[in-house]
Amino acid sequence: MSSLPPGAVRLQAALAVGPAIAVVPYLMAGYPAAEATVPCLLGAAAGGAAVVELGFPFSDPLADGPTIQHAGQVALAQGMGVARALAQLRAARAAGLTVPVVTMTYLNPIWQYGLERYCQDAAAAGADGLLIPDLPADEAGPAAAAATASGLGFVAMVAPTSTPARIAAAAARATAFLYCVARTGVTGAGDGVPEEALALLGRVRAASPLPRALGFGLGHRDQLVALQGRAEAAVVGSALLEALAEAPDPGVATARFVRRLR
Amino acid sequence: MAEPAPLMALTALPPRGRYGAYGGQYVPETVMPALDELVREAPRALADPAFQAELVRLQATYAGRPTPCYFAERLTAHHGGAQLWLKREDLLHTGAHKLNNALGQVLLARRMGKRRIIAETGAGQHGLATATVCARFDLPCVVYMGEEDMRRQAVNVYKMRLLGATVTPVTSGTRTLKDATSAAIRDWVTNVGDTHYVIGSAVGPHPYPWLVRTLQSVIGREARQQLLAQAGRLPHTVVACVGGGSNAIGAFAGFLADPEVSLLGVEAAGRGLDGPDNAASLVAGRPGILHGAYSYLLQDQDGQVLETHSVSAGLDYPGVGPEHSALRDSGRARYVGVDDAQALAAFHRCCRLEGIPPALETAHALVAAGELAATLPPAAVVLVCFSGRGDKDIDTVRAAGEAPPG
Repeated sequence: MSSLPPGAVRLQAALAVGPAIAVVPYLMAGYPAAEATVPCLLGAAAGGAAVVELGFPFSDPLADGPTIQHAGQVALAQGMGVARALAQLRAARAAGLTVPVVTMTYLNPIWQYGLERYCQDAAAAGADGLLIPDLPADEAGPAAAAATASGLGFVAMVAPTSTPARIAAAAARATAFLYCVARTGVTGAGDGVPEEALALLGRVRAASPLPRALGFGLGHRDQLVALQGRAEAAVVGSALLEALAEAPDPGVATARFVRRLR
Repeated sequence: MAEPAPLMALTALPPRGRYGAYGGQYVPETVMPALDELVREAPRALADPAFQAELVRLQATYAGRPTPCYFAERLTAHHGGAQLWLKREDLLHTGAHKLNNALGQVLLARRMGKRRIIAETGAGQHGLATATVCARFDLPCVVYMGEEDMRRQAVNVYKMRLLGATVTPVTSGTRTLKDATSAAIRDWVTNVGDTHYVIGSAVGPHPYPWLVRTLQSVIGREARQQLLAQAGRLPHTVVACVGGGSNAIGAFAGFLADPEVSLLGVEAAGRGLDGPDNAASLVAGRPGILHGAYSYLLQDQDGQVLETHSVSAGLDYPGVGPEHSALRDSGRARYVGVDDAQALAAFHRCCRLEGIPPALETAHALVAAGELAATLPPAAVVLVCFSGRGDKDIDTVRAAGEAPPG
């Protein structure tokens, strides 16, 4: 087996904070304002994020509920795009951001940018991995290869509906961690931890030693406490973006929100 | 009595779900197992004689197949040149070709044990067809429709509700077919266990382009047989409008194996191909990924999908079915744009000369067919897929102004 890309090594190390669950806030580049990305990234790190997932807006986000759809529309209206989001990530690194960052974007914006060029530029800007929510394992060969060639970790997604064969295929594609979708549905704040999420986490552990990050519908500390020992990380997106909507200082609000989860 | 036309062109699934470079399955993982199930079950069902028998029976007794193939004598005289023949899908129950697909897919959903049906709609014709079949089979039906299209096609909204369907307004993005499709996919992601998504065109992730094309191929198969019997020859060219491209691919499917037959797809040039106000993905776009497939797409430099415009709600879509992209690149089919004003003029012309109000989508095809016919000898035949009737567009046409004199 070939050695892991350096980005995957950094991501796996960052998620290995047990017994506590690693907190992975999801931010949308350019939300709530064009210039909020850098302060929010730094705020997430100050609040104790283990890894940050940085979303890039897309006009037609099929896996996202109303909150992230809206955040994407706001970001697009500010002129946010792939090149600009990467420039902001570079600026955050220059300002001292050290936590690993996974970029999250639907396929078309980075396809148009060029998959290989994207991976090279993302690595140069300080990204550690990438996640593409409309790229199932079957279609992910070229993207995963481009990520590895640039030293980026690849994150694959599994869902409560995934069969054992599909979980195995995702695990074979992933180098960094497996993103476990907590419910049959789209992103959006929720309560509790669904039974289907716990069952999925169990099936994934039986199939792969990779770290498991659970996301979709998480946003409260009690949910994260309930997940201790059952997942290595929790991704918190819509609940955080809702908290940022009216925040006078998005960076401070991000730090406060992340800190309260830990 | 003539042999009945074969039900459908039962071609094999495209290898790896692709037509050349196009197609694929670019969707959230959550629905992948449902697509895997469709890939398994749809070919099995379509090849099953019992399934075919039920579909044929309903096509004949409920939907009104075969639809006529009609020689449009006065339109032909108007344009001069080749004979214009119309494959009358407007005479199908619910007024458009959409029922071919909805009927087949709902039968398939029942066979797979799905208890709830969802659909997206632009002009409302696919929503209407799906709501109709769901009423017939007592299945709950949710139709996603952009708010802007609900305004443009208010009568179809009312009809769908009369049929018992829930019409859910989509207020995100452009509030037209693109966002209705995204909303339907999100519903499917959320309810994939008991829900079948009856996609309305030959678009979306594999195997939908194949499934919709197969169910619509009855158009081309019938038309080929009818033309041979009635006109005594194959057409010089088959002409059809292309939004997502289901009526076109269904019509083309009957003639793909006839190398002497040309295929012409007509996209909506809207207010012109020079500016952004059109919906001509194959003519003015470049390949990209939308709604689960890699295909020609209207998008900006950053890969964001563009807002489109067409006077016809059914063509107002930034993407196109992947098989059309492959046919475009190979040169087997040619694609052109027809603008709003030309389509409106053809609407009036068809009313006055033939007594048949065409759907505004169909009117686009009539323009290109008329221009082509004028260049061909009288012995040649140009076949137009007359995809739908124009009743739904009366308000749009009235708002656009008086009919031109004559």
